[in-house]
Amino acid sequence: MSRAPRFATVRTPGGMSFRFRPRAFAVSGACLLAALGLGVLLIGSGDFPMGPADVVATLAGRGSPADSLIVNEIRLPRVGTALAVGAALGLSGAVFQSLVRNPLGSPDILGFSQGAASGVLAVVVLTGGGSVAVASGAAAGGLATGLLVYAVAGRGAAHGQRLILVGIGVAAILTGVNGYLLTQANITDAARAVLWLTGSLDGRDWSDSAPLLVALAVLGPLVLAGCGRALRMLEMGDDAAHGLGVPIERVRTIMLLAAVLLTSLAAAAAGPVSFVALTAPQLARRLTRTTGPNLLPALCMGAVLLVAADWIAQHAFAERRLPVGVVTGLLGGGYLVWLLVTERKTGRI
Amino acid sequence: MSLMKSPQAVAGAAVPRTAVRARSGMRAAGLLGALALLLAVLVLSLAVGARPLSVGQAWNGLLHEDSASYTVVHQMRLPRTLLGLLAGVALGLAGAVMQALTRNPLADPGLLGVNAGASAAVVSAISFLGISSFAGFVWFAFAGAGVVAVLLYAVGGGRGATPARLALAGSALNAALYSYVSAVQLLDTASLDRMRFWTVGSLAAAQPSTVVRVAPFVLAGLALALLLARPLNAMAMGEDAARALGARPARARIAAIAAVTLLSGAATAACGPIIFVGLMVPHLVRALTGPDLRWLLPYCAVLAPALMLGADVLGRVLVRPSELQVGIVMVVLGGPVFLYFVRRPRLARRPRGGAAA
Repeated sequence: MSRAPRFATVRTPGGMSFRFRPRAFAVSGACLLAALGLGVLLIGSGDFPMGPADVVATLAGRGSPADSLIVNEIRLPRVGTALAVGAALGLSGAVFQSLVRNPLGSPDILGFSQGAASGVLAVVVLTGGGSVAVASGAAAGGLATGLLVYAVAGRGAAHGQRLILVGIGVAAILTGVNGYLLTQANITDAARAVLWLTGSLDGRDWSDSAPLLVALAVLGPLVLAGCGRALRMLEMGDDAAHGLGVPIERVRTIMLLAAVLLTSLAAAAAGPVSFVALTAPQLARRLTRTTGPNLLPALCMGAVLLVAADWIAQHAFAERRLPVGVVTGLLGGGYLVWLLVTERKTGRI
Repeated sequence: MSLMKSPQAVAGAAVPRTAVRARSGMRAAGLLGALALLLAVLVLSLAVGARPLSVGQAWNGLLHEDSASYTVVHQMRLPRTLLGLLAGVALGLAGAVMQALTRNPLADPGLLGVNAGASAAVVSAISFLGISSFAGFVWFAFAGAGVVAVLLYAVGGGRGATPARLALAGSALNAALYSYVSAVQLLDTASLDRMRFWTVGSLAAAQPSTVVRVAPFVLAGLALALLLARPLNAMAMGEDAARALGARPARARIAAIAAVTLLSGAATAACGPIIFVGLMVPHLVRALTGPDLRWLLPYCAVLAPALMLGADVLGRVLVRPSELQVGIVMVVLGGPVFLYFVRRPRLARRPRGGAAA
């Protein structure tokens, strides 16, 4: 279906060589530009609208103090969080889909988002804690769920199908637990928790997204540079990958851990925003027209999707500002149905 | 060579026939036993609660208008018990029919999003159209359940569909529908207050009028499902074999989807989305009766409500003085069962006849 990818090679005099796909890089660059452009638009929009040129000038430090307050203190953290959350979700989605070899195998279907949500709900309902407690609750919940799924799936977790099924079961259990926690809260906490459960960027500042940004800075290069090639080989099957010298179990464990951490911290920053992790790698794959995990394009695509969804959420319903998770949920749901119908023909789902 | 039957073969054919007769006797006895169990759980459900009654008191309260426990039993416990009975019958049968139809041992109306479809439709009806009576939103529940059932069958049914694919498609749909449900709830905090209890699946708010309204739909679904036992049995052997045996697969398929829609739509409208009942009960029953749907379906119709009411009673006892919603008890009970089935190695690899399992 997809054409054989064209490679470009760069050789250094010292005998080092670097082989890459120009199209994938072009797509990543275009997505990055689009994400930044939409980010500038998003910063410029709100109760106090600004033109894109003013926004860029203010960001560069040449704006009036009032503009600077609005842009740098209020709107930039929100857009920065959106970009980081989108990037983290796109990357972890690409890793999961590659590991389980299924286009639907994304963290929100496998239960990690629900696990992070359980952690947060427990913190909100039981202690009413602040943003640090919420973030650690999300990370703990997500990691615990990841460990549980991996342990229950057993040594055969290599078997992507079983990992998926166990994840679905755990997700269903956790959904019930979340519902229970929700009924235990008083109505104010419940409304806050539902807002968080949908995924929202309202009122985010740097302290909310700091853990995620650190994780992206550390895990991003690790995943992209360290394991991208091994992941591509794993897609050929365990035996082939083993024959090519890939330490299968180690790569898989590292990748799962990194992806679960990214998902959980993204959930801590903005709530379990649904469907970005599912759609971003798929869209990226269609744009790059190459097989393989497409990690970098998926990361950039995730950032674009989330910023675009936030823009829609703020503008589509004139007087009403929706949380971003509603828009990703609705658009992602539509995309999903389309995916189910078309992929059925190719038998890949 | 098949024309000439050896005497041993003829004699051999006769032995299974008596064996079959003995087995069906045992199955009938088992069904009676299951009915007795259901009756016991029904009485228990009338007796257990915030104000515990003895079995005798519950019985008196049920029958005699001047008894001290008449009000408790008739106002609170009887509607709740009857609703649990109806919802249990509906969900168990819907699960069994779905498993047979999709030939997929993991099919469950809750897990696959049929109930979530009904929820999404009901939530929209409550929030956008201001409909608050059961009579109003039951039609929306049917519409939602029907759309999802058809969609799921289109995606996950038929040849080459693995259990994993269907489960995945279903849980993806579930995720989409629930994000819609919570979106609607966010825009409308007043209805969130009411719906947050409904969306976890609860019998606590049962009204006599709800019971009266849901009963005809469940009974219709029950009749339809029992009539489908024979054609679905034939279809377990594959479309061609079924056609050769005189079944009409296309018609049976439509009828089965209609039955699933009726049953899970009615159950969801009455007490919110409850998952895992439709998954657990048919598996349990299959171990008792074997794959023959003519026995499997009646057993499911009896044992599913027993499980449902048992879970409800458990939820009333576990966290006194508050109570746990039946949907949550069911998830905690059913989740591990699901994980157990998933861990069996042959499940994930190839499509397997659900009824022939």
